[in-house]
Amino acid sequence: MSAAPTSTVAVQAAGVSKVFNEGLANEVTALQDIDLSVREGEFVSLIGPSGCGKSTLLRVIADLTHPTQGTIEVAGMPAAAAREQQRYGMAFQQAALFDWRTVRRNVELPLELQGWSKDRRQARAMELLEMVQLADFASHRPWELSGGMQQRVAIARSLAVDPPLLLMDEPFGALDEMTRERMQNELLRIREETGKSIIFVTHSIPEAVYLSDRVVVMSPRPGRITHVVPVDLGPRNEDTREADAFFDAVTAVREALRGHGGGTVRAKAGEV
Amino acid sequence: MGGRLRSVWPPLLIGFLFLAAWQLLVIVQDLKPYLLPAPSLIASNFFGDLGLMSSTAIYTGTTALLGLAFGTILGIVAALLAARFSIVNNIVTPLAAGLAAVPIIALTPILNNMFNITSRTPRVLVTVIIVFFPMFVNITRGLLQVQPVQLELMRSMNASPRTVLRILRIPNAVPFFFTGLKVAAPLAVIAALVAEYFGGPQEGLGSRIASSAANTAYGRAWAYVVASIILGLLFYLAVLAVERWTAPWVGHRRST
Ligand SMILES: Nc1ncnc2c1ncn2[C@@H]1O[C@H](COP(=O)(O)OP(=O)(O)O)[C@@H](O)[C@H]1O
Ligand SMILES: [Mg+2]
Repeated sequence: MSAAPTSTVAVQAAGVSKVFNEGLANEVTALQDIDLSVREGEFVSLIGPSGCGKSTLLRVIADLTHPTQGTIEVAGMPAAAAREQQRYGMAFQQAALFDWRTVRRNVELPLELQGWSKDRRQARAMELLEMVQLADFASHRPWELSGGMQQRVAIARSLAVDPPLLLMDEPFGALDEMTRERMQNELLRIREETGKSIIFVTHSIPEAVYLSDRVVVMSPRPGRITHVVPVDLGPRNEDTREADAFFDAVTAVREALRGHGGGTVRAKAGEV
Repeated sequence: MGGRLRSVWPPLLIGFLFLAAWQLLVIVQDLKPYLLPAPSLIASNFFGDLGLMSSTAIYTGTTALLGLAFGTILGIVAALLAARFSIVNNIVTPLAAGLAAVPIIALTPILNNMFNITSRTPRVLVTVIIVFFPMFVNITRGLLQVQPVQLELMRSMNASPRTVLRILRIPNAVPFFFTGLKVAAPLAVIAALVAEYFGGPQEGLGSRIASSAANTAYGRAWAYVVASIILGLLFYLAVLAVERWTAPWVGHRRST
C-alpha cells in the first residue's frame, strides 16, 4: 500500500506486525498483519480479550514501540514524526498525574515541554480545565481528586497541545460504572467540541458501542483484527443506551468476539 | 489544638513516670552513680552548665552538619550519575552495598593519621562516608523507580532523557531523598560523636562523655549523653520540618 498522505486519514496502519522477544523461547506475536485506517474525526474502539494486542497496537501507533513489520502513518506522516511533532495526545488507564504538580500544572506539562510561555500555558490549561469542568480544582493536588476527576485531568492534559488525534488505552477501566457512563458522555461532548479523531481501547462492549463509529474486534495469539463492526446510532443521548439499535450493535460485537460473523467480516488487505 | 495536646501528653506522662521510677530506684536501691546516676544528678549537671553543654553540642553538631552536607551532596551527584549511566549504576551500586557493610567508624584512627588529628577533618570525613550510603541508595532508587506509564507519557510528549530527568525522575526522587535524610541525619550525629572517641580535639560531646566518665564525673557524663540525644532529635526534627515545607505531597500517594 503506498503511503500517499491524504488529509482525510487520521491513522493508517498497513501490514503491521509486532513480535516480542523474536527468536527466543518466549517469543510472542502480539500483532499480525494489521491493516487499519481511521478517518479524520472518526471514533474507533479496539476491543478483544486480554493479551490480544490492543495496547501494543496503540503503542505502535504512538511510536512508543516499533513495529516488526509494516508502516504506520499518523496525520499523513510517519509515526515517529507524528510523535515528535505532537500530533496525538495519549491517556492511559492510570491517570499518570504527577503528585508534585498542581492539577493546572499537570495540564500544562505538554505545553511546558513545547516551550510555551508561562502566561500562555496557564491560560490554555485553564481553558481545558473549564472544558472538563475542573476549573475550581486548578490549584488542588492530584491526590485530592477522585479517580474520575483525575482521569478528566489526564484527558485535559492529552488535549493540551490541541493534537488532531487522541489515543486512549482503557482510560475508564478503573472507574465505577456510574462514573464511567458520565465520563463517556463527557468524552463524546469533548469530541463534539473539538472534532478529534479518537482510538479508544476498552474491555466493555457497551462502552465501545456507545462511543464509537466503528468497533474493531481483535483476537489473540496472534493478535489480529477479526471483525469490524460499524455502529450507526446517530447523536448519543439518554435514550441511546436503551434503543434497540444499541442492543443490536452490542449483540453484533459480542458475536464477533465469540468468533461468529456478527459484524462486517473484514477481508484481509481489503477496504475498511 | 486540643487534638495536638491530647497526642502530646501521653508520651510526656510516660516520660515523667519513667524518670520518677528511675529516681526512686536509685534512692531505694542506693545505686552508686557509676552504675546509674539519679535523674536529679544528671539534671543538675545538665542545667548547672547549660553554656558548656550547648557549646559542646554545637561543636559536635557542626561536625555532623558538615558531614551531612558533604555526604548528601556526594550522594546526590553519585545517584544522578548512576541514574544517567547504567555503567555507573552497575559499578557503584554493588560497591555501595558492599561498603555499607564495612564499619566505617573503625577507619577513624587511620584517617586521624592521614589527616591532621588536631583538626575536625578526619571526623567530618568519617561522617561524610557514613551519610553517603543511605543518601546514595535512596536517591538512586527514587530516580529509577518511576511508574512505567509516566515514562511512556513522557515519551509520548517527545521528552528527551534530560527532560525526563528534570521533569519526572528528580521530583520522583524527592520523597526517597527525605527517607534517606531521615536515616542519615541522626547517623551523622552518631558518627561525629563516636569519631571523637579516637582522639583529637576535646571540645565535642564524644570527647567530653569519655573524659567525664574517666574522671568519675558520672552525672556529667550522663548530662552530655542527654545533650547528644537532644542533638540527634534536633537533626531528625529539622529534616521533618524541611520535608513538610518543601515537599508537601510526600506521604500522599495516589491510588491510580
Ligand atoms: N514489552 C513486551 N514484551 C514482551 N511481550 C509483550 C510486551 N508487551 C506486550 N507483550 C505481549 O504481547 C501480547 C499483547 O499484549 P497487549 O498489547 O498488552 O494486550 P492487550 O492490551 O490487548 O491486553 C501479550 O501476549 C503480551 O504478553
Ligand atoms: Mg492493554
